[in-house]
Amino acid sequence: MNENDNLVATAAAFLGEAEHEHKELLASVVTVARALFTAAAASVFLLDEQSGELVFEAVSGAGEEHLIGQRFPASRGIAGWVLGALEPLVVSDLSTSPVFARDLAESTGYVPRSMMAAPLVYREDPVGVMEVLDPTPNFLTTLGAADLLALFAGQAAIALGVLRRNRAAHRMLATGQDNTELSQMARLLDQLGDDRRAASADLLSSLTRLLSAR
Amino acid sequence: MASASSPAGPPRLTWNALGRSTEEMAIQADWPAGITRDWTWGGSTGRGVRVCVLDSGIEGGHPGVGPVQGSYAVTSGPAGELSVTPVADEDTCGHGTACAGVIRSLAPECELYSLRVFGERYSTTGDTFITALRWAVEESFDVVNLSLSTTRRRFAEALHEIADQAYFASTVLVAAAHNTPVESFPWRFASVLSVGSHAVRDPSLVLYNATPPVEFFAYGTEVDVAWPGGQRTRITGNSFAAPHVAGYCALTLAKHPGLTPFQVKSLLYLTSDNVKGFA
Repeated sequence: MNENDNLVATAAAFLGEAEHEHKELLASVVTVARALFTAAAASVFLLDEQSGELVFEAVSGAGEEHLIGQRFPASRGIAGWVLGALEPLVVSDLSTSPVFARDLAESTGYVPRSMMAAPLVYREDPVGVMEVLDPTPNFLTTLGAADLLALFAGQAAIALGVLRRNRAAHRMLATGQDNTELSQMARLLDQLGDDRRAASADLLSSLTRLLSAR
Repeated sequence: MASASSPAGPPRLTWNALGRSTEEMAIQADWPAGITRDWTWGGSTGRGVRVCVLDSGIEGGHPGVGPVQGSYAVTSGPAGELSVTPVADEDTCGHGTACAGVIRSLAPECELYSLRVFGERYSTTGDTFITALRWAVEESFDVVNLSLSTTRRRFAEALHEIADQAYFASTVLVAAAHNTPVESFPWRFASVLSVGSHAVRDPSLVLYNATPPVEFFAYGTEVDVAWPGGQRTRITGNSFAAPHVAGYCALTLAKHPGLTPFQVKSLLYLTSDNVKGFA
């Protein structure tokens, strides 16, 4: 194993650890949200843009034993609406909601009567959805509940955004695929002769000063 | 009068009226008597006022919306250039139909126009938003309801410029505040009428906020709205508070044609439920 392989293995180990920690953080967010809203369940979905699906990433309460990893179309149901409109939705009676996708709920094994959902946005990009199922009814008619949900959604969005980025990095390491502009630049620099490498280092140093200037 | 800033730091960003009663928000105004709601829009039906709903489209033939005078959408040409073209009266997700129904419920004889900016998956881009808003101002609509915003700061300058153009061109832009405490645009601009939700189930209750950026609060909690498929649903959000204010603007402009956005905003302030001091 050469030095580069060692570096790759170390980076992969760190990313694996980070994945574990961010999943723990997401699990903690949904557990606290479920407790605070005294709800039947709380969950976080990750948006898989390539497949156009939402994936259960963290669940507390109903379905927590079997739902992680289950996928749904990202364009359907309350979660799909919230993701598309980038707006939270509180529905106190799902039986009359034209947005609710009952078939999707049935496939999870739990059909709620009411639901709160909020989009998860990380650095201006939608990365997923957070849902709270059957919260205590008085939460369903107050603006405060939506504000509270937004706070949890903010936390979950950061964890989900970082998780997504780490997974992308992990995939790149695992497949040897390394095509970001920065890494391409690093590889080109490495191949340069001494003179040009020194000149490029000066250029990069100037660029770093420019980017870090406030 | 409450101050917008405090020695403790920058002003608090408000986005709804949570935790504040109408009494707590009372503002003493030293204006001459005579400006009442009855004077401002009493007896008005919004007749002849052109209201554009810049949103996800409006479902045609919905009993809760009534006639739609025109439907348009931002479409992309072969080279990616954006333009506004006529489309069928359709809604991609229900958001626009809900907003249109609220406006119609207050201003039954206004002219409703739909300008769709959401795509198949509802989301829109900043460029689409800018193209649509610029078109709406150029078309000289009297009122434009904007129950959407962008958090992307790079679009703020262009949106700000168009909002200022509208302000001087007598197009009233009614913009919903973001539902969470984040900065987004164009509701943050002084040249629009920005709206958040209050927690009272009363469509007639409008409150002025003495600590902007959100300037008005209206009914946005558990609002009974029109929904595609000829249906109705209940929904909460600042998006559904804004069309209440848009409706009142339409009523006011129908009764007093030619008022500027500055004058309309002033009347809305003077007739807000928490502004006191008149005979």
